[in-house]
Amino acid sequence: MVDLRRDDPRRRTLITPEGLMVPFTLASRGSRVGALLIDLLCMLISLILAAVAISYTAGGLRDIDRHLHGASAQDHAMQALFALWIIVGFLIRNAWFMAFELGPRGATPGKRLLRIRIAARDGARLTPERVIARNLLRDIEIFLPLTMLASSMGEGDSTGWLATGWFLLFALFPLFNRDRLRAGDLIAGTWVVERPRKPLARAMTEQSAETPQAAYRFRDADLAAYGEYELQRLEEVLRLRKPDQMALVVTAICEKIGWHVPHGPEVGPFLDAYYAQLREKLEGGMRMGRRKADKHG
Amino acid sequence: MTDWIDAVKARLGRGAPAEEGAIRAASLRSDRFRQEREGDWKRLDAIVLRLEQGRIGRLSDEDLLELPVLYRGLVSSLSIARETSLDMATVQWLEALAQRAWFQLHGARQGFGGWLKGFFTGGWSRAVRSMGLDLWIAFGVLVAGTVLGWLLVAHDPQWYGALMGGAGDVRVPGASREVLRGTLFGAQDQNGLGAFAAYLFGHNAQISILCFALGFAFGVPTLMLLVQNAGMLGAMLWLFHGQGLTLDVVGWLSIHGTTELFAITLAGAAGLHIGRAVAFPGRRGAMAAAAEAGCRAAVVMVGVVLMLVVAGLLEGFARQLIQDTMRRLTVGGGMLGFWLLYFFAYGRQRLVKKRHG
Repeated sequence: MVDLRRDDPRRRTLITPEGLMVPFTLASRGSRVGALLIDLLCMLISLILAAVAISYTAGGLRDIDRHLHGASAQDHAMQALFALWIIVGFLIRNAWFMAFELGPRGATPGKRLLRIRIAARDGARLTPERVIARNLLRDIEIFLPLTMLASSMGEGDSTGWLATGWFLLFALFPLFNRDRLRAGDLIAGTWVVERPRKPLARAMTEQSAETPQAAYRFRDADLAAYGEYELQRLEEVLRLRKPDQMALVVTAICEKIGWHVPHGPEVGPFLDAYYAQLREKLEGGMRMGRRKADKHG
Repeated sequence: MTDWIDAVKARLGRGAPAEEGAIRAASLRSDRFRQEREGDWKRLDAIVLRLEQGRIGRLSDEDLLELPVLYRGLVSSLSIARETSLDMATVQWLEALAQRAWFQLHGARQGFGGWLKGFFTGGWSRAVRSMGLDLWIAFGVLVAGTVLGWLLVAHDPQWYGALMGGAGDVRVPGASREVLRGTLFGAQDQNGLGAFAAYLFGHNAQISILCFALGFAFGVPTLMLLVQNAGMLGAMLWLFHGQGLTLDVVGWLSIHGTTELFAITLAGAAGLHIGRAVAFPGRRGAMAAAAEAGCRAAVVMVGVVLMLVVAGLLEGFARQLIQDTMRRLTVGGGMLGFWLLYFFAYGRQRLVKKRHG
């Protein structure tokens, strides 16, 4: 098959132990930012939910200072809740990404929604230590500069610039390397790839038994006008079956091979027949080792 | 369309004769090739989907046994399709399925539980030992920082405020012996210990993660963070030494400090390990070296967080409940001995056995 995506800078190939070339597409930077924002939002919501649940249990957290040093049973309950709050906060901040990426999907909720996942860069297994390493670095990439920024805004001192610069340094890191790695990916030997998931489309030349055999027979000269690239563009058009697109394509083909342009209900059968016969010819050539990449080939 | 799906479903059903799968002969050879194998592909797709959803329990034994067979079938189908078929959608779908199946098969993780077991039974110790040089550097920096802090404050007590920064603390130069002693013994009420321990843990764990993550910048910030923390320690030792409370403060610090400082040293060493790999990658190339060092350091860091849980509990509970210097020293020394034994004596045999075997 002609690799139509060979010029895509996001494309990577991995050779599995069976010698199979498995293609990967690196996730776009936009979807990674989007996934991160969704995750941060989810984290914030869980944090708020945890806070509401804990303060509800504690009865509105008044006089927490007094309770934290008291000795009555109620004070002890309060202290336990305070400890729980700290642990929940720590887990949400540090374990959110790890817990999800350790799962069989290798993706956080945000990544799942945007159909991306993490994978080991060298094709090895995605081990827990890789997931841990890549997410420990998030702390200096996101949380630390953001808390610095927030505190400097609160106090109005000049560390805000430092925090912004720090944040940008890491945020722009993926722009300056080929594989779009952020600092954590670099340390852990991982990258973020797209997770393609679409259903298997129908086979193009599957005819229902009632359909009469198309009357169009093309000569070799008619079929020699195009190559694999054009065939696959035609496949896209035929799968979508939009009338205006098909009309354009049929006109272009007929001009090229010098046939009368069919109209209305004729267009579909004409293109189907041309597709099937062109593909038969090109695939026949492939079996003989002759490939024709495009109309210039 | 619908009867085509029905036909596939019939094919998926067990014991269905293979002929039923051939729905209607397609006119092209490559499409017939696809029709013949489609049932197996779809079955693999369904199995992989269930694996991805983590519903491995709902897979039948038959499915699991056939998984590798189906995968190999898919691999060969894909190779053939690439050479004989110009149906782009099919080839792309096969590529995507191969990728997903590959993640599930070769990503065949031992599971987090299994990993954790390996971690406790030697993995952690081996990771710590493998960064021996960094550990010595981090330890050296810690000692040097402590001495530096002491000397600075001894030279000019003004430094104390600069190093400790805490306003409103009674522990300042010129404080009386009674005041200082009061901070070591008894003064703290013995309630609220759980909350205190949790707070200490959260704070220290965040510092240690910072220490590790900063190693990324060639380890320099990690060293600075280590020196700063050690400087505080040195200044504090000097202050209590001035009032003849050296042994008491050592006891007060050591009960949790042996665990906590050990953890911070490990975090620093892990940071340095990465920094060193980035700066001096050797023949492997910077990327590979960083990835390798990063994974090893991550193992150590999981351990550091666990050690800080222990340290938080010791500081929050044990230090407040044990009010005697000798017993504090015993607990602190015992913890130190335990960690040293665990890291440097445990898990060695297994490695040797593997080497000889």
